[in-house]
Amino acid sequence: MNNRSEVLIPKVGVITDIRIDTPDVKTFRVVTPDGKKAFDHMPGQCAMLSIPAVGEAMFSITSSPTNTEYMEFSIKKCGCVTEWLHQAQVGQQITIRGPYGKPFPVKEVFEGKDLLFVAGGIGLAPLRSVINYCRHYRDKYGKIDIVYGSRSKEDLVDYAEIITEWMEEDGINVHLTIDREQECWDGHVGFVPNYVKELNFDTNKTVIICGPPIMIKFTLEGLMSLGYDKTQVYTTMELRMKCGVGKCGRCNIGSKYVCKDGPVFRCDELELLPSEY
Amino acid sequence: MRKCSLNSLNAVFEKLANDSALYMPVDGDKGADYKKWEMGDELSSALNTNRSAKDFFFPQTENLMEFKVSGKEIEVIDTRDEKEDFVVFGVRACDAKSFDILDTVFLSEPCDSYYANRREHATIVTLACTRPSETCFCNVFGIDATKPTGDVTCWKTADDMYFEANNEKGKAFIEKIADLTEECDSKAVEEQQAKTKEILKKLPLADLKTEKFGKDKTAEFFDAPEWRELSTSCLGCGTCTYVCPTCQCYDIKDYDTGHGVIRFRCWDSCMYSEFTKMAHGNNRLSQLERFRQRFMHKLVYYPTNNDGVFGCVGCGRCLAKCPISMNIVKVMKALGGNDGE
Repeated sequence: MNNRSEVLIPKVGVITDIRIDTPDVKTFRVVTPDGKKAFDHMPGQCAMLSIPAVGEAMFSITSSPTNTEYMEFSIKKCGCVTEWLHQAQVGQQITIRGPYGKPFPVKEVFEGKDLLFVAGGIGLAPLRSVINYCRHYRDKYGKIDIVYGSRSKEDLVDYAEIITEWMEEDGINVHLTIDREQECWDGHVGFVPNYVKELNFDTNKTVIICGPPIMIKFTLEGLMSLGYDKTQVYTTMELRMKCGVGKCGRCNIGSKYVCKDGPVFRCDELELLPSEY
Repeated sequence: MRKCSLNSLNAVFEKLANDSALYMPVDGDKGADYKKWEMGDELSSALNTNRSAKDFFFPQTENLMEFKVSGKEIEVIDTRDEKEDFVVFGVRACDAKSFDILDTVFLSEPCDSYYANRREHATIVTLACTRPSETCFCNVFGIDATKPTGDVTCWKTADDMYFEANNEKGKAFIEKIADLTEECDSKAVEEQQAKTKEILKKLPLADLKTEKFGKDKTAEFFDAPEWRELSTSCLGCGTCTYVCPTCQCYDIKDYDTGHGVIRFRCWDSCMYSEFTKMAHGNNRLSQLERFRQRFMHKLVYYPTNNDGVFGCVGCGRCLAKCPISMNIVKVMKALGGNDGE
């Protein structure tokens, strides 16, 4: 029987580093017990992480595939599995399986294009993988704009990397915003959708967007009013998942299974699905 | 085609049961259900079993793996074992067709090894229907109750049981019981089939229409006003999904035994309020949405992904078992499956 492969049976992973990003987001570095990457992936793909007797949940892989040493997961504390992970220490073993889902079309579509990333809160986690992938193959991509917003300065995930690396790089423009005025913040204040409109981007960009559903909705409206078409916009979805391979039925929307047909969708494809996501 | 007299059927069962586990519908207090055959058990003459035959390949609960946890360390233990051969005797045409539907889910890449293992070790022996009931509508989905699929097809007449192999596995089965059966013509079977076909034509649900449903019809039905009234009384009990031979949604859960952790899977239901509940929200908050999901999946979503094949086999179990008498037939009629009704 053991010669039959079985995707539901995970590998063991070890948490080798934990970075505190915000009051409720930590980034976990994961490798196999012999110090290797558990598997290869493409930007936008996900992995099932679990702690036996606690549960298993799907997370986007926030590190870039170009990182050959380890994987990273930026995880917000909001349920059983995530709360357990947030109290875990370095050296803790977990289980990992994947990669799951369709990645962002970084080669097929994004190459040669100017890219606009729009993220809200923890929504930066899946986009960070794409951003760092594009930075790694910098010549293949045009100008990169990143609009990132969160409730407060403290809630900006990966803030250190944004300041020390992304903002320092030629051809990358980072536009940060927070919801309300705050001491020691001289950047933009206001919601992401409004900021995107204010920035009045050229409509030749390919947009990659992730964040709370309400932010995505209003940002899309803003982009349309700037003259964008839905075929230029990609997003990534989140639904309850158990198997990760389109069999357990949980993430079924219309004829699609978000775990295998998504989580990345082009916005015009999303429109064809029944509106229950 | 081969046959044996019904008097010698027990000898056939004995022979089969000596070789491998043999399951068949046997009458109990509350009707027929599949049971491992033992000497003295009689094949039920009921039209169908309470529970569908999907249990053989996709049991209600099954252990997937185990974990040993010590301190920060985890060991993953692959507890899968190779199943032994078994025979399921007396499967009706509807349930036999349901295996094709389950196969498209579990055997598509990446193949589910738990399901595949059971499927490979099973010999399916189907039994043609002779007394289809008023809740039967398999013919609506193009299923022939007088010639069910499976590895072997059987017909039971007043005096004899007829056997015909449909593939290599079926031939091996026939070979096994060759001493107890004799070569025969198919005249009696054909006569019986003709009679049954007459009954099938007169069934109350025989003219249920499917043409309006199927591939790529999401937009037509998703926002139909009928869903509200249809779903109002739904209790969300999930009985329909449990008795349904094609419902295959499942949950994966862990159980701490005190000596380790067992990860198991169990049936789940899209009719349940927690099915899609996430830490940060639920995308199907109302019973209307959950009710719609189940029927849209069978009538539209599944056909969209499977060349127009419907995700229902017309077994009629949901008609018989739903506590509020709601069912797929009422849904199809309300959504325009039968004009003028």
